[in-house]
Amino acid sequence: MLGRLTLDAFKHDMIVMGGVATMILGLLSLIFVITYLKRWRWLWKEWITTVDPKKIGVMYIIVALVMLLRGGADALMMRAQQALSSGTSHGILSSDHFQQIFTAHGSMMIFFVAMGLMFGLINLIVPLQIGARDVAFPFMNATSFWLFLMGAILMNTSLVIGEFAATGWLAYPPLSGLAYSPGVGVDYWIWSLQIAGIGSLLSGVNFFTTILKLRRQGMKLMKMPLFTWSVLNAMVLVIFAFPILTATLALLTLDRTIGTHFFTATEGGNPMMYVNLIWAWGHPEVYILILPAFGIFSEVVATFSRKRLFGYTSMVFALAAITLLSFTVWLHHFFTMGAGADVNAFFGISTMIISIPTGVKVFNWLFTMYKGRIVLTTPMLWFLGFVATFTIGGVAGVLMSVPPADFQLHNSLFLVAHFHTMIIGGVVFGYFAGIAYWFPKIFGVKLNERIGRYVFWSWLIGFCTAFIPLYALGLMGATRRLDHYDASLGWQGLFIVAGVGVLIIMLGIGLQVLQFLISFMQRRWNRDRTGDPWNARTLEWATRSPVPFYNFAELTPISDRDAFWEAKQRGIDLRTPKTYTDIQLPKNTPIGFFIALLAFVIGFAIVWHIWWLAIVAFLGVIAMLIIRLSDDETEYIVPAADVRKFEAGEQPA
Amino acid sequence: MNHKLPQSAGEKHVTLRSYITGFILSLATTLAAYVVVTNQTYSKNGIIAVVAVLAVSQFVVQMLFFMHLGQEKNPRWKLLALLFMMGVVFIVVVGSLWIMKHLDYNMMSPKQMQHYMDSQDGL
Amino acid sequence: MSMELTDKPLITQKAHYQQVAEADHSKTLVGFWVYLMTDCVLFASLFAVFAVLRNNTNGGPGGPELFNLPFVLVETIILLTSSFVCGLVLLAAQRKARSYVVAGLLIIFLLGLSFMALELTEFSHLVHEGNSWRESGFLSAFFTLVGTHGLHITVGLLWMVVMIVQIVRKGLTDPVLRRLSLFAMFWHFLDVVWIFIFSLVYLLGSMS
Repeated sequence: MLGRLTLDAFKHDMIVMGGVATMILGLLSLIFVITYLKRWRWLWKEWITTVDPKKIGVMYIIVALVMLLRGGADALMMRAQQALSSGTSHGILSSDHFQQIFTAHGSMMIFFVAMGLMFGLINLIVPLQIGARDVAFPFMNATSFWLFLMGAILMNTSLVIGEFAATGWLAYPPLSGLAYSPGVGVDYWIWSLQIAGIGSLLSGVNFFTTILKLRRQGMKLMKMPLFTWSVLNAMVLVIFAFPILTATLALLTLDRTIGTHFFTATEGGNPMMYVNLIWAWGHPEVYILILPAFGIFSEVVATFSRKRLFGYTSMVFALAAITLLSFTVWLHHFFTMGAGADVNAFFGISTMIISIPTGVKVFNWLFTMYKGRIVLTTPMLWFLGFVATFTIGGVAGVLMSVPPADFQLHNSLFLVAHFHTMIIGGVVFGYFAGIAYWFPKIFGVKLNERIGRYVFWSWLIGFCTAFIPLYALGLMGATRRLDHYDASLGWQGLFIVAGVGVLIIMLGIGLQVLQFLISFMQRRWNRDRTGDPWNARTLEWATRSPVPFYNFAELTPISDRDAFWEAKQRGIDLRTPKTYTDIQLPKNTPIGFFIALLAFVIGFAIVWHIWWLAIVAFLGVIAMLIIRLSDDETEYIVPAADVRKFEAGEQPA
Repeated sequence: MNHKLPQSAGEKHVTLRSYITGFILSLATTLAAYVVVTNQTYSKNGIIAVVAVLAVSQFVVQMLFFMHLGQEKNPRWKLLALLFMMGVVFIVVVGSLWIMKHLDYNMMSPKQMQHYMDSQDGL
Repeated sequence: MSMELTDKPLITQKAHYQQVAEADHSKTLVGFWVYLMTDCVLFASLFAVFAVLRNNTNGGPGGPELFNLPFVLVETIILLTSSFVCGLVLLAAQRKARSYVVAGLLIIFLLGLSFMALELTEFSHLVHEGNSWRESGFLSAFFTLVGTHGLHITVGLLWMVVMIVQIVRKGLTDPVLRRLSLFAMFWHFLDVVWIFIFSLVYLLGSMS
C-alpha cells in the first residue's frame, strides 16, 4: 500500500532532527499567524489562485529567500565541519550526512534560490518593461510557479521523511544508480528537479513568446531595454537546454526504477554519457542564471550614472554571442574525464572565446559610468561589488579553461571558489541589486538605504573572507567535498578564516531581514508617491507604485529606446491616459496550484514506490489539464468606467 | 498558420495541392530508403549516406508542405526557432558523438579492465 | 490624482476584442511551436543516447537480429497517411465543414490506434523473447526512444478524443479551431520525428 515507506523513514540523527524541528516550527507558526489574522480566504483569493505576474514574482522571491536560509544553513554546517575536522578531530557531522548536506546545498541554491530570484524578477518586471499588461500565457505562468514551489517542498520533505542524495548536486552515476544509491535520496533529488524543471521550461516558452509578441507598439527589438534583451536570451537558453535535463533525469529514473542500462557500470551502460548530457544542460544553465543579472546591471548603471547605456548595440550582440557560445563549451566541466587532447583543445579554446563578450559588457558598463553623474545607491554598490569580484572569478575561470591547468585544479577548492565567485558575485549581487532597485515599484516603499549599505558590505567582506582562502587552498591541493583532512597539511587556518567569512555573510542576511522589517515599519516615511523614485529611464517606471493590477490604463505607443526617459525629456506624460478602454484580463484559477500539488504527489509516490498513488495522481493531472484546456471562458473584462475609477484613486487597484 | 476563412477558392486549392504533394513525396522517400536498405544497393557507407539524405529530404518536404514553414509573414519567428533548434541539436548530437567516441578510444575494454584489476589485486 | 480624469471619454470597443482574439491566436501558435522545438531537443537527447549505445548489446542481439523492416514500413505508412489526413482535416475546418472534420479526426484516431497496436505488438514480442529494456544499453535506448514517441502518440490520441467531443458539443468555435491548429502541428511533428526513428534507428540499425 505504501511502497517502501515505513516508520524508519522518520528516524534521524540529532542534527537532522534539529533541522526538521525548525522547519516544522516555522510551518506551524505560519499556519498559526494566518489563522489568527483570519487570512485563509484572502490567501486563496489573492495569492494561490492568482495569475498576476506581479504577485507570482513576489511569491517566487519569497520562496527563493527562504531557500537561501536553508542553503545557507547547509553552508554554515559545511564550513563548521571543515574548520574543525582536522587530524584527530572529526568535526560534528558524519561523512554520509556531510555528503547529503553539500548535495542539498548545491541543489537548493541553484534550482531554488538562483532560479527563484531570477524568475521572480522576470515576472515582476518584464511585462511592465515591455509595456504590456500580462504575460503571453498567464495560466501556464502560475502553474510554473507552483511547480517550482512543489519541487522545493519535495526536496525539503527529504529532510523529514527519508534522506537526501549523497552524490553531489549533479548526481553522477554509477554512484547515483540503483546499485550504489538504492535508497530514496537520489529519487527525491530527481523528482524535485524534474518537477521544478518542467516549471522552468514552461516559463522559458512563456517569456520568450511574451517578449516577442506582447511588446508595446513602437518598441522594436532594438529599442527594448537591456534587461528585457537579457531575459530574451536567457529564455532561449532555457528553451533549448532544459529538455536535455528532462531527458537525462528521466533516463536515470528509468535505470533506477525499471532496470534499464543507460548509465550502469555494466551490461552496456555508459556513465560518461550522463556526465556529458548533464553538462550540455549545466553549462547553458549557468548562463541562464547570469544573463538577467547582467541585464539588471545595465539598467542600474544607466540609471545611477544619469547617462544612456554605452554601446547598446554591442551589448545586444554580446548577449547573443554569449547565448550561442554557451552551447559550445560544456566539456570544460570534464576535461579530466579522458576525451583526449583534440577534444579538450577545442572546448578549451571555445571557453576562452566566451569570456570575450562578457568583457565587452563590463567595459561598456564602465564607459557608461565615465563622465556620468554617479549616485551611490545600494543597487549601484552591488554593481561595483560585482565588478570587483566577478572579474577575479572570471579570470580564475579563464585560467581553468586551459586544459593542462585544469588537470591540476579540477574539483579542487579553486574550482569551488571560482563558481561561487561567479554565482555570488555575479548572480546573487545582481538579483539583490534588482530587488533593491525595483522594490519601490512593486511595494510603493523604498528600502532603508543605510541598512542596505551595511548589507552590501557584510556580503562583500563576508564573501571575500569566505572564498579567497578557498582559492589558496585549491592551489595548495585541497579537493572539494572533503569532510576531513590530515593535520599536517596545514590547511586548518584557512578553513577557519573561511568559516568566519560565512558568519559575516550570515550577518549580511540577518541585516537583510532587518532591512525588510524596518522598511515595512517605516513605510509611512519611505513611501514613494512618484512612481519614479530613481528618475529612471525605462517603461516599468511609467506607472504608479504599487502598480495597479492591469499595469497600464492605456497602451500609448512609444518610439524610442529608454522610452520613459525620452518622454520625460519631452514633457510627454506616459502615465495619464487620454482615453479609457475596457481591459481584458485572465481570471484567477486554482488549477495551476492543483496540478502542481498532484505533481508533488506523483514525485513523492515514485520516490517511495507507491505506484498506485503515482498513477492516480497522474490521472488527476490529465483531468485537470483537460478541464482547463476545454474552458472557453478564462478571461474577464474590466469596464472602462472602473479603469477610470482606479486611475482617479477612487478605488484601490 | 492562420486559419481565417480563405480569400478565394484558389488559395484553398493551393493548400490541398501542397498536402497531396507532400504526401506523395514523403511516401516516395520512405519507400526509396526502404528499398535501398533491404536490397543493399550500395556499400554500407553509401547506404548510410543515402538514407540520411532521404530522411533530411523528407523532413524538409514535411516542413514545407505539411507545416507550411515558408509561408510565415515577417518576422519569421517559427523559422528562426526551427533553425536555432537544428543548430543546438546538431551541436549536442554531433558533439556528444565526437566526445563519446574519444572517451571510448581512451577507455580500456572490459577485458583489459578485468586484467588490470586482477593484476592490481582489485585496487 | 488629478481630478480632470473624471471628464475623459469612455470607449468600449468591440473591434478591439477582434484584435485581441487574433493576437491571441498568433501568440498561441508561436508559443506552441516553441514548445515543439523543446520537444525536438528532448528527442535529440534520446537519439544521441541511442547513437552512443547502439552497439552496446551486452552480448545479446542487436538491430539486425531484432528489427522487422516490413512491419515497420507498414507502421510508417500508417503514420504518414494519418499526417496527410490531418492536413485535410484542417482544410475542412477552414471551410467550417464540421462533419468532415469529425470524420477526419476519427480516421486519424483509428490510424493512430493501429500504429500503437502494431508498436505494442512489436514491444511485447521483444519482451517475451527475452529482449526487454533490461537486457542491454542498446535495448534500453531503443525502447525509450521509440517508447517516448509512442507516449506522444498516445497523448495525441487522447487529445483527439477530447477535440471530437468538443466539436460535437460546441461546434467549430474560435477556441476549438485554435486547438485544432495546435493539434495538427503536434501530429505533423510526431510524423517528422518518426522519419528519423524509421531511418536512423530501424533502417540503419538493421544493417550489420
